[in-house]
Amino acid sequence: MPLVLNEEQRLLQDTAREFLDSNAPVEALRKLRDQRDPLGYAPDLWQQMAELGWASIILPEQYGGLEFGFLGLGVVLEEAGRTLAASPLFASAVVGASAILLGGNQQQKEALLPAIAGGELTIALALEESHHHRPTQIRSTVMKEGDGFVVSGEKTFVLDGHSADKLIVVTRSAGAERDSAGLTLLLVDREAEGVSVQRTLMADSRNAANIRFDNVQVAADALIGEAGRAWPVLEQVLDRGRVAMAAEMMGLALEAFERTVAYLKEREQFGAPIGSFQALQHRAAQMQAEIELCRSVLLQALTAVDETPEQLPILASLAKTRLNELVKLVTNEAVQMHGGIGVTDELEIGFFLKRARVAIQIFGDSGFHKDRYATLCGY
Amino acid sequence: MEDLDQFRSEVREWLEANCPESQRQPITAAEQFWGGRRAKFPSEDARLWYERMRDKGWIVPEWPAEYGGGGLSDQQGKIIKDEMKRINARTPVYGIGIWMLGPAILEYGNEQQKQQHIRAIINAETRWAQGYSEPGAGSDLASLQCKAEDMGDHFLVNGSKIWTTNADKCDWIFCLVRTDPEAKKQEGISFLLIDMDTPGISTTPIELISGESEFCQTFFDNVKVPKENLVGELNKGWSVAKALLVHERKLMAEMGSDSPRKIVVPNEAAHKYLEFEDGRIADAQLRSDLADYNMQMHAIALTHFRTFEEKTSGVRSAAPLVMKYLGTEAEKVKSELLLAIMGSRGLGWEGEGFEQDELDTLRLWAMSKAFTIAGGSSEIQLNVIAKSVLELPQNKEK
Repeated sequence: MPLVLNEEQRLLQDTAREFLDSNAPVEALRKLRDQRDPLGYAPDLWQQMAELGWASIILPEQYGGLEFGFLGLGVVLEEAGRTLAASPLFASAVVGASAILLGGNQQQKEALLPAIAGGELTIALALEESHHHRPTQIRSTVMKEGDGFVVSGEKTFVLDGHSADKLIVVTRSAGAERDSAGLTLLLVDREAEGVSVQRTLMADSRNAANIRFDNVQVAADALIGEAGRAWPVLEQVLDRGRVAMAAEMMGLALEAFERTVAYLKEREQFGAPIGSFQALQHRAAQMQAEIELCRSVLLQALTAVDETPEQLPILASLAKTRLNELVKLVTNEAVQMHGGIGVTDELEIGFFLKRARVAIQIFGDSGFHKDRYATLCGY
Repeated sequence: MEDLDQFRSEVREWLEANCPESQRQPITAAEQFWGGRRAKFPSEDARLWYERMRDKGWIVPEWPAEYGGGGLSDQQGKIIKDEMKRINARTPVYGIGIWMLGPAILEYGNEQQKQQHIRAIINAETRWAQGYSEPGAGSDLASLQCKAEDMGDHFLVNGSKIWTTNADKCDWIFCLVRTDPEAKKQEGISFLLIDMDTPGISTTPIELISGESEFCQTFFDNVKVPKENLVGELNKGWSVAKALLVHERKLMAEMGSDSPRKIVVPNEAAHKYLEFEDGRIADAQLRSDLADYNMQMHAIALTHFRTFEEKTSGVRSAAPLVMKYLGTEAEKVKSELLLAIMGSRGLGWEGEGFEQDELDTLRLWAMSKAFTIAGGSSEIQLNVIAKSVLELPQNKEK
């Protein structure tokens, strides 16, 4: 399990960087934001990304996948993090696809995965019910009715929730509010009767929604996995999502950091580049040290998804915590070290600052993951 | 790969057959064997274990066989270390000859120096001290004043060196000395090997906040040093010094992860000294601090592993340059955390009423304050990262 990229992965990185630099720079996000774009991403860009194989990177070949593994995915997400590229890559091709892959039956996989891989279908996970990540705190209900089910409940912070074609809804079919037992996953059309979607405009100008399910009727084949036993699948899906998000955050941190270091070399005050002042040098060096640690943690966590899944929970929590802390540190320092221009909307650093805050809350902040890490360590 | 797997199983078998049971227990400071003219083995088993490892060539597996090393690759060396760790095998002989001077002599020394000193280090015949810092030259090491004058057939050394670790127990000392007082700071420095039995050398231990006196000050008063003891070129000692510092920093970065020492670790201490409620540490702050510490060590361990992998695959990265800073800062955090976990039981200085482990923990806590100062302070490490990794412009005063 070497913690270095192989030749193929490095090539993928170069391709991804080149493509995103020219097709999805930070300006593209600014434009989507300023135009209050109804979709929140550019569909033709997403189609191109799918043609490059990015929507199918982690999927097995039998479902039209590239089968390139999580290290490959990590490379692409990191590059997407550098340009803050808005696309359904995370919500649909990583989280949605993993839920179907790990929880779905043969029929569902054959019906859905090739469409996700081709970028024709997007699927979002409707999980959160409070303003903090609490994956077992589920009050949404599901009840059997005739041959099918009826779903009711309210979800918040559903990533890509207003644009996805289908939603995987986490519901409770048994147990008390915080039990991990009794959870059930159901696939619901976003446009089904009884589904009301409120798009929420977030700080990062990316997509999220509040979604209400009002006695939504679905057929029997909407059930993903076994009723009441969704937790082991959901936990794995979330861990994959956490590691993938950590990869995006790595790119975000690197880009913000490199732009800041470049500015330290260029900006002059007191007749010298401000990067020659030790007060700033030491803070920059400390960030470099944190980046080195995060790099190792991220590579190990990405590797674990494919090679040592039994280690994934502890590594996913380690990676999400450390990357949460890294992006917070680096984006705050990036603004501070840019001085006055750092707080202007004109400078792109603000976009990194805002995306970082949203990314921190996705699938668990540091408090959540530190608690989980400690529990997994036996204290 | 297959060859390495085969090698691993041979190593495992050999260690199983040759490492005495007593040498598979966590080691105390008193049980460490440092070699040298006056050294005695702490036990018969320690002698046996050392001699078997020496005869096998595994004291330093990666050094060339012609000078007493094992002639093995870095990967094979790591396998031996991993397998020793697996059975908790003790390090058979300690010393900065192995960790720091040896690699520098192999890189910069001449044939005669390699024959003489590398073999003597492997054979545990010489224990080495380091003569770098001076009372007036700490972080600003290149301002050192201890001078060596060219007297034709020998150098005449005058001055003093400080923080010469265990110099009162050492046989030889490697020193940075000023050989050209006219040249710019770094350019008039040479690297000299000095036998500590030479007339004119005296050493005084310095008592530290830990109550120990590991560090000394060593004085040189008209000390005659043969010309052949110069390593590398005259006035080019700074390159040797820097190469050696890389090894010192690597060593300090990894000190949390070397052979099993008999010390208290935070996770075990938590179970011994803290209250638990429903399987969780009741004190939320300490639980959070412990998780932070464990995550940091987890990340550091993975980064050590990554740097090794990068080295064997020929990938360059900034990771090695940040490890001394991270590793020694983490050791300080660990010591502070242990004191917090142990409460007043971690504050005993000596005598009755405390377990030996508890007393040792406090002494190590005091000692840990030196880790971020010795071998280039944390501030110097950050300077190095800013300059070499980030290539930030240098302040003219430096």
